[in-house]
Amino acid sequence: MWEYTGTVKDHFLNPRNVGEIENPDGVAEVGSIACGDALKFTFKLDENRRIKDAKFKTFGCASAIASASALTEMVKGKTLEEARAISNQDIADYLGGLPEEKMHCSVLGQQALEMAIQSCQGAPAPAAGAEIVCECFGVTDREIEKAVKENHLTTVEQVTNYTKAGGGCGNCHDKIRAIIDRVLATGTPAIAPEGKPKLTNLKKIKLIEEVLEREIRPSLRHDGGDIDLIDVVGDRVIVATRGSCATCQASQVTLKGFVESKLRETVSPELMVEEES
Amino acid sequence: MKTIYLDNNATTRVAPEVIEAMSPYLGEYYGNPSSMHSFGGQVSIHLKEARGRIASLLGADAEEIIFTSCGTESDNTAVLSALTVRTGKRRIIASRVEHPAIKALYERLGKQGYQVVEIPVDNAGNLDMDEYKKSLTPDTAVVSLMWANNETGVIFPVEEAASLARERSILFHTDAVQAVGKIPINLKANAIDMLSLSGHKLHAPKGVGVLYVRRGTEFSPFMVGGHQERGRRGGTENTAGIIALGKACELAAANMEIENSRVRALRDSLESRLLGAIPNSRVNGNTPNRLPNTTNISFEFVEGEGILLLLDEFGICASSGSACTSGSLQPSHVLRAMGVPFTMAHGSIRFSLSIYNTQEEMDFVVEKLPPIIERLRGLSPYWKDERICTTAGNAG
Repeated sequence: MWEYTGTVKDHFLNPRNVGEIENPDGVAEVGSIACGDALKFTFKLDENRRIKDAKFKTFGCASAIASASALTEMVKGKTLEEARAISNQDIADYLGGLPEEKMHCSVLGQQALEMAIQSCQGAPAPAAGAEIVCECFGVTDREIEKAVKENHLTTVEQVTNYTKAGGGCGNCHDKIRAIIDRVLATGTPAIAPEGKPKLTNLKKIKLIEEVLEREIRPSLRHDGGDIDLIDVVGDRVIVATRGSCATCQASQVTLKGFVESKLRETVSPELMVEEES
Repeated sequence: MKTIYLDNNATTRVAPEVIEAMSPYLGEYYGNPSSMHSFGGQVSIHLKEARGRIASLLGADAEEIIFTSCGTESDNTAVLSALTVRTGKRRIIASRVEHPAIKALYERLGKQGYQVVEIPVDNAGNLDMDEYKKSLTPDTAVVSLMWANNETGVIFPVEEAASLARERSILFHTDAVQAVGKIPINLKANAIDMLSLSGHKLHAPKGVGVLYVRRGTEFSPFMVGGHQERGRRGGTENTAGIIALGKACELAAANMEIENSRVRALRDSLESRLLGAIPNSRVNGNTPNRLPNTTNISFEFVEGEGILLLLDEFGICASSGSACTSGSLQPSHVLRAMGVPFTMAHGSIRFSLSIYNTQEEMDFVVEKLPPIIERLRGLSPYWKDERICTTAGNAG
């Protein structure tokens, strides 16, 4: 049985804003019955171009219904710009969290919101050039890329949990892995360095150790690998890879893309990760 | 809140008589039956009795019974033993609707180089016997076909299938976990070489199963260790569990008639009343060859998890073949193999009854379920107010 939060249960048992708005300003239909969940989302603007009302209809599990219900509550009173800033994680947070395997329900809500805003602004529907990666669930490379970037995903299993891609026949796993590597290699946007005090060396080492343990090792271990901190010389972080990482072709990408960008983001933007020679 | 338990294909309540029979062996008589002292040795007499009771339910001899820990262990043991004693043969046959205990094992064997053949089923879940006959080539090591399907209750003609396999000297195993205790089985009168059963599906506790191996069938153990089960399955006996299973089999023999009359009548009335009360619903596996306790009904345009959670609010326990409840992202492989359309597969609910269910419980479900479906359809973008008639229509 899934462990749903009280808020998820409440939104499932007492869904808010069920229905369809007549003559809506924004409308979107995402998902399909074959995929197991689908959402029709509509909204209406007031004279100040704020979202006055939003409604949904969902075919899907309890968390899909709850995510859509939450979305309609979250967007009310917001301008289109403000609404556009809502991420799938915001929807999950609003519900007090979703089981990892159900994160795709929040992604479905976010996709519907984005498409509805586009339809309202008369922008063309999803940009051309997107290629279907997962044939089973019709998920494109753009959708996967977006989910990887916004949710800092590092494994195929996570991508499946968030987008469903790869949850069917499994033939696209290599393609998904390639997308993850590509996103990681370009690095996540560095957080503005201001406001971070200069660290003492000792404090820096301690912080790096903490980040490795909390944020990096779990992902690597998931793939059968591991990492050890060997030394910190100035801004050079010297590490050694273990397990499957040690023999993995992509470990350089992982080190530079994932480990380094994570450490830069959380500890200091000047850090450079090097492998022990 | 009262629990209305309609999920007996998942597991069953341990019969009070069974608890009574087994509890001395958890308490006072804790000895090891292999011991040389009479304190332990006395337990072995009761194990022997239990073995006899189980054999009697199956129409088998006591020495053809091997105790295991569960149905999955029995299934794995049977198939892996067949591959060991038929070294060199690379083809293994099953149906497309097997339980994961066989399905996942075959997938693994497929990766190890065995040629896996999955026999299809028709829209009602019946095995394609022509395909089956064609599949039996000289290179085949073993066939494993379930006796009755856990999701739909559809019964396969395993006795006929076993004869066809024997004519070609192919070993035949059946996963009879759902069939034992619900339909009569007489292993003296057929050509089945190996059969698996599980205690907790027939009112014994979890943690005990049986693999029947016909006398004269070559066998290679899965678990090696002590001399227990005459060297065919190492490990100290689950004494209380085995004695419980013996009692449960004795009860099952006595209750078989009730399963096929009273339980069947309860199931039939539940099924027809739900179909009558809920438009766009149908039975999956609607064939006369079906277990008396199982019905699998699809409600179009809604998703199974929501139905289960709303039933749960009333204490009603059932299960679903929808993607959200299967732990994968796709609906049940059984319903897909039967060609059940996606609009129906995601909204499938299985009710599986036992002798402990009552007419009042059926009435309660018939009262509570239609408004639940209506409520979820009210949320569904696919449900329009006019009653859509699908090509599938109402069966039943």
